Amino acid sequence: MESESQLRAFLASLSGVDAVGAEARAAKLATRSLKKSTKLTALDLAISMVDLTTLEGADTPGRVTSLCVKAMYPDPHDASVPSAAAVCIYPDLVARARTVLGESRVKVASVATAFPSGRAMLNVKLLDVREAVAAGADEIDMVIDRGAFLSGRVGQVFEEIVAVKKVCGSSHLKVILETGELATYDNVRRASWIAMLAGADFIKTSTGKVTVSSTLPAALVMLEAVRDFAETTGQLVGVKVAGGIRNAKDALRYLVLVNETVGAAWLTPDRFRFGASSLLNDLLMQRLKQRRGAYVRPDEFSGD
Amino acid sequence: MSERLDVRKTYKLLINGAFPRSESGRSYEVTSLKGAFLANVAQGSRKDVRDAVVAARGAQLKWWSQSAYNRGQVIYRLAEMAESRREELAEHVALAEGRSAKGAQTRVSRAIDRIVWYAGWTDKIAQVLGSSNPVAGPFFNFSIPVPSGVVGVLAEQDSSLEAFVNAVFAPLAVGNTVVVIASERRPTPSILLGEMTATADFPPGALNIITGYTGELAPTLAAHEDVDGLDLGGADDEFADQLATSAAGSIKRVLRAKKSDATSLRRLRAFVETSTVWHTIGQ
Amino acid sequence: MSEDLTNSPLGSLAYDPAPESASIARLQGSYGLFINGKFTDPSSHEQFTTLNPANEEALASVAQASSADVDRAVGAARRAYETVWSKTTGAERSKYLFRIARLIQERSRELAVVETLDNGKPIRESRDVDIPLAAAHFFYYAGWADKLDYAGFGPNPQPLGVAGQIIPWNFPLLMAAWKLAPALAAGNTCVLKPAETTPLSALVLAEIFQQAELPPGVVNIVTGDGSTGAALVDHPDVDKIAFTGSTDVGRMIQQRVASSHKHLTLELGGKGANIVFEDAPIDEMIEGIIDGIFFNQGHVCCAGSRLLVHESVADEVLRRLLRRVDQLRVGDPLDKNTDVGAINSAAQLARIKELTAYGEAEGATRYTSSCSLPDKGYWFAPTVFADVAQSHRIAREEIFGPVLSVLTFRTPEEAVAKANNSNYGLACGVWSEKGSRTLWVAERLRAGVIWANTYNRFDPTSPFGGVRESGFGREGGRHGLEAYLNV
Repeated sequence: MESESQLRAFLASLSGVDAVGAEARAAKLATRSLKKSTKLTALDLAISMVDLTTLEGADTPGRVTSLCVKAMYPDPHDASVPSAAAVCIYPDLVARARTVLGESRVKVASVATAFPSGRAMLNVKLLDVREAVAAGADEIDMVIDRGAFLSGRVGQVFEEIVAVKKVCGSSHLKVILETGELATYDNVRRASWIAMLAGADFIKTSTGKVTVSSTLPAALVMLEAVRDFAETTGQLVGVKVAGGIRNAKDALRYLVLVNETVGAAWLTPDRFRFGASSLLNDLLMQRLKQRRGAYVRPDEFSGD
Repeated sequence: MSERLDVRKTYKLLINGAFPRSESGRSYEVTSLKGAFLANVAQGSRKDVRDAVVAARGAQLKWWSQSAYNRGQVIYRLAEMAESRREELAEHVALAEGRSAKGAQTRVSRAIDRIVWYAGWTDKIAQVLGSSNPVAGPFFNFSIPVPSGVVGVLAEQDSSLEAFVNAVFAPLAVGNTVVVIASERRPTPSILLGEMTATADFPPGALNIITGYTGELAPTLAAHEDVDGLDLGGADDEFADQLATSAAGSIKRVLRAKKSDATSLRRLRAFVETSTVWHTIGQ
Repeated sequence: MSEDLTNSPLGSLAYDPAPESASIARLQGSYGLFINGKFTDPSSHEQFTTLNPANEEALASVAQASSADVDRAVGAARRAYETVWSKTTGAERSKYLFRIARLIQERSRELAVVETLDNGKPIRESRDVDIPLAAAHFFYYAGWADKLDYAGFGPNPQPLGVAGQIIPWNFPLLMAAWKLAPALAAGNTCVLKPAETTPLSALVLAEIFQQAELPPGVVNIVTGDGSTGAALVDHPDVDKIAFTGSTDVGRMIQQRVASSHKHLTLELGGKGANIVFEDAPIDEMIEGIIDGIFFNQGHVCCAGSRLLVHESVADEVLRRLLRRVDQLRVGDPLDKNTDVGAINSAAQLARIKELTAYGEAEGATRYTSSCSLPDKGYWFAPTVFADVAQSHRIAREEIFGPVLSVLTFRTPEEAVAKANNSNYGLACGVWSEKGSRTLWVAERLRAGVIWANTYNRFDPTSPFGGVRESGFGREGGRHGLEAYLNV
């Protein structure tokens, strides 16, 4: 995009989203019933897509260590359980995570750009990213400037993502749209396109820090956007849903959405992620239940 | 000094806003109830019925899509015209129905008042018959009465003006266009009323009046597939049964009115369809 | 990153079968006629078999009602009308209907399975649409029974008497509810004739009437073929006929009752146009087209069987539509993940095949879903015809199956003209983000129901019915009472 007016014209040319229809479609797909081997496959897939997350002021190096171990070996008694996709943490803890994870396939993802509000000067945001990358982050989860987006300064949003992407270097960039603050599905679709056009490797629903986190219809609209972007450009952008996804049932509903909206190419941790903390244990419990045929105790798995 | 010889009128059809003689060139003799010669009235043919239906279909969207307020104005305008020619109407009702001057005047007054009544209905019927429907979901849903389309009317045979007004202006008020076969033996008051429509801004074709033999014309109207509704007021029971059976061929709405319907909503409901629109409600 | 998108097939996460258990239906081996509150043998002792269209296996044996049986049923309805129901207050009738609504809810899972077994429709639809709506219909009209004075038909409106009601096979229980609920609320008694191929849910409903202690004779259910329906139509002591079905049969019924005192309402066929403007919300519109034509295998009188697309977006819409069609899950109706179930009967399958063969012969371009179909049972893969002209039979005749005809238009005027170029007039859809144009189009469409940015939505408060050869009279809402009141 050469100019903000061009970008604005492009966004205006995107089809609108009928909220009722989008919500009805998401609700209908939520009635899919996954049984037996499908359920086992889906549970393992979901486990492998988890960005095991801790984003608290009270986070400690010890907690991050524990999280990294959990990500690598979600169920230490069962080697057939896949590892999680990544740990997702604040920048100052990236170095610790990098050390613990070593050569493991589990990625280090760091939130950056004045997460979660995005309220800082651009150079501060870029420095935030640069430090996280230098400390070993494989992935950067940035937040867009919602204030700029909602007030129509879409060029600013675009340029900021471009600038962050540049600083990321070879690290993957996930762009958090914070759909709960975007008010309409039309905005979710537009923000998705801005992020993709600016070079996002993933678009992500939420920080998990506002009242409304990821919802099925918002994720549906984003999946439709990545599908249409892929058809237009040939580039496959990933989607990460985050916030409020606590149990296996919810996670499987998202996988159904992926399965029936964008298909096989996205049914991999390379293109779909869950940002969550307690979700992982529920996935493990359901997995064990499927295998044992009986419900299991929560204490079967570690708390972190 | 001899009396002035009066200038007589030729009684013609009303089709598409024009007053043609029947395409057949035929006419028939209409007398007063007492048997005195009144007029040679155009004897409409099946082709005249066909032409009238084409005219009515052509006018329907125009009549319907002008505002309900305008339709009310036009119908009220006809009442004004009728009022100014009430003496003439009364004279014809008296001759046609064999009534005293006073009796005829009463009937003309009632007929004109009834036209005014229907003029007032045009912009109220949607509020009375329509609704907003509270469906269980994020939809705005409303129902409105829309006209059936083209309505064929067999005017009652005995009442030369009042019943005609009821049968014709109810469907017109709700937006239909009408092809009416006038009372066979008592057509002149309705022909006069038809003439008045020419000065009342009805779109050509909104009201079409065919005079002639009901027994010959009605089957064509009943079977015509582009007629959406049929009022059988002018047919006796046996004939009405036969026409209703024929009307079923194109799933027509058929009205077999009762006397009590003159002042009820039934006539207004007879030739409206309920159209329901759903629209999503969302941000 | 330039992977070919063809490497991303939709639905590659194969769903294992997730079938609802057929045993939930608790079907009996054979069913009698429900007359005067009891199941009775037909006078002829003749029975017929109702099949599961998904596998052609017999489900149950059902009584064939003769004209003598119909006479018994009408007699029972007349007696119930005169001795009980006309003396029952509106408030009491209301409570019976509330009871029935609740009993349907209580037995909803059983009813859903029965419906799916007998009809072939996906369990997701019978579970989420048919049965809840049937209960909602009774619930809605229950509240009218003691408020008829306020329904806008003047004071103290009277029932018609005995209503004969003939319903189709596409929504067996829901159509029974649409007929019975307003009739009973208005104070009529009923003789209901279910469709020959789908009698079972109405017979479960009869059990529900017994559980509700509805007075004997208030509702009678006579199963059978077309001759049973004809006997009901011709019965001299019936005051009202309500029919839902094909326009040809409706026309015949109107002719047969034309010279009688019988009141009549008809809900007949359709060839609904789904109109897509270039500013339509594209993803929801594609879903709406799918819902419009593949819901209930397209066995829907108001189906959006003609797609009218603005020519500037026609290629794009077709491309997206075909991708979506290919993704529909066709198969075991009891499977909770099935989108499209079985065709209801061999006869209907033959009709669909005949008409689609014309589509090809007349030069339309045919696309057929790549889904695999079961070996046994009656199946038809979702099909889309592009390059369809107004004159093609597939653009004019009701196919009543999962077959969509796609046409294009250039201006709103042309869209309306094409949509209205049909003897039918039941339902249409309009897809646009521009409200003023949507209302402009809605005002000009000759159809009883217009869905804007949605399709195939139903609600007990919303009047439903057609114009022109799609019939007359409304079901649902305040308007639905008119069909059963002498007003």
